[in-house]
Amino acid sequence: MIERLDQIFILLRDWLVHFLPANWQAVVATVLNVVAIIAVFPTLFALVTVMERKGLGRMQNRFGPNRVGPYGLFQPVADGIKALTKEDVVPFRADTIVHFVAPLVLVVAVFMGFSVLPMGRNMVLADMDAGLLFFFAMGASTELSVFMAGWSSRNKYSLLGAMRAVAQMISYEVPLLMSGLAVVMISGSLTLSKIVEAQNRYTFGLPHWYVFTPWGFAGLVLFSIAAMAETNRSPFDLPEGESELVAGYFTEYSGFKFALFFLGEYVGMFSIAGMGATLFLGGWSAPLAILNWVPSWIWFFGKLMIAMCLFIWIRGTMPRLRQDQLMNFAWKFVIPMTLVNLFVAALWRFVGPGWARWVVCWAILIAFYVLMGQTILRRRGLGPRSYRYAE
Amino acid sequence: MLGEGLLKGLAETARNFAGSFVSEERLTTVQYPEERVAPIENTRDFPFLVYDGDDWHAGMRCVACQICEKECPPKCIYIEKSKDKKPDYVGKPQIYPARFDIDISVCMSCQICVEVCPFEAIKMDTQFELSTADRFGGLLLDKQQLAKSNEYYHEIHPTEAAEVDARLAEEKAKTEAKARAAAAAAAAKAGAPAPAAKAAPAVDKPAAVPKSADLAAPVPKPSENKPESPAKPDQGGAPDS
Repeated sequence: MIERLDQIFILLRDWLVHFLPANWQAVVATVLNVVAIIAVFPTLFALVTVMERKGLGRMQNRFGPNRVGPYGLFQPVADGIKALTKEDVVPFRADTIVHFVAPLVLVVAVFMGFSVLPMGRNMVLADMDAGLLFFFAMGASTELSVFMAGWSSRNKYSLLGAMRAVAQMISYEVPLLMSGLAVVMISGSLTLSKIVEAQNRYTFGLPHWYVFTPWGFAGLVLFSIAAMAETNRSPFDLPEGESELVAGYFTEYSGFKFALFFLGEYVGMFSIAGMGATLFLGGWSAPLAILNWVPSWIWFFGKLMIAMCLFIWIRGTMPRLRQDQLMNFAWKFVIPMTLVNLFVAALWRFVGPGWARWVVCWAILIAFYVLMGQTILRRRGLGPRSYRYAE
Repeated sequence: MLGEGLLKGLAETARNFAGSFVSEERLTTVQYPEERVAPIENTRDFPFLVYDGDDWHAGMRCVACQICEKECPPKCIYIEKSKDKKPDYVGKPQIYPARFDIDISVCMSCQICVEVCPFEAIKMDTQFELSTADRFGGLLLDKQQLAKSNEYYHEIHPTEAAEVDARLAEEKAKTEAKARAAAAAAAAKAGAPAPAAKAAPAVDKPAAVPKSADLAAPVPKPSENKPESPAKPDQGGAPDS
């Protein structure tokens, strides 16, 4: 029974497919997988927008949306209807074709990332040998659509936002990949289902998730920082800083195209959060051995939602960075830390089991963290600001 | 320590998040259509025309002098004078507005019309739920829609209305006294012409007194300026340094 529940979606798909002739079955099964992904994540997106608006409201001591439906839960439906019925304005001098294609490219690239994510036991659309590489390649191609949108709009703000976005995404792609690389070094595989399997072991009922190792913990923190920057989330939301750039690269988009950008952004967050969960939090594996009876997909989506809550919490807390702070943070702190983390992961691998590697690895990481906080990111010249001319 | 501030900030928002579910006084939002905050007394949005008594047309204070129409910065008032006359609050026959329209889609609520009106006829309302499906006709208020009773005015702006009433009563008393004096003078004129000449200046004099006071005021001014003058270089000197 529990086995059945765990595999319910697979069984459902197989049951649906078995009505068809044999040579059709494989194709239809794949289509059904894709349809499931395309149905589930936009639904989650709708849910998360409401969650975010209500959560942010509570953090600012106000009610969020509470008018549409019970507790404002149907707010995304109203938003969707609004987006659909809005006029689709294309700027007069815009590059019409590129302007039209950009949001589609974004959404397609973002959804491609899900094809390699294991969302439960046996629940992976394409179990590629180089799944991790494919995922990051797809994540990087969202930059193209962002720049297409900014360039084709023929608007200064759009272009500025797009340039900022591209600079930021390229800078943070490096730490994103390198923090993931530590996991590959330890698990010895680029296949995401193998990485999950490697973490799905228990000693004394506790899981072998990579986050519980020194390099894994540092890796997760660095990965989430880079992921936030990669998805243009606050505090790294400079590309769409409302107060200075209207809406950044999608300033000139309206109606459903705007909704598509919004969707792409959130679905991108889901995919990167799913990737973080897969790499460091054991993917679909249960947090305790005794909880193994709970269906694996519940754990995956639970971890996803916890990551989203964290994203929302951070958005409600942090102010936006300045461009130079953003770049300094990436190149002077995050990237050196990921390099140190790679070294620590190698040490962990070759020192072998025992208490010595715990002490050494933690010591190196903490020493570097403190050192870098003291030197590289130290604020120079604290004190009252002096003005040379304006007095 | 690096990251300490971030954790403090996260703790603060978490406290807000949890606190907003626990303590009601954290949430200051008023759920508008169901709950309402009573407007403060100085609230104002769009003008209305005050009338005395029960009949809005007969009691309207406006005499179509068109000062407000001329002063209105966005030109949202349109007045047409009547051909005939009707008695005003003191009983004097006056012209009344045959048409008095205010386009509240144009009005910017500056209150200049209220300030220039010599007859206390136009005042600011507090009605704000004026949305309508017809954005042209629905927002162009005519004379009848604008007319609101003095009791209503007392209800929305009690202090101001009391002042206005006192002023009007004083003026009315004054005109009545004047009329009585004139009547007495006319009566006296019939009897003896000499005292009538005396009576008329007696009424005018109180008005003349403030004028002479105004004239007297500039005289001490030069002496007042003297203590101020040493301060002047300070103010002028600031931009130079």
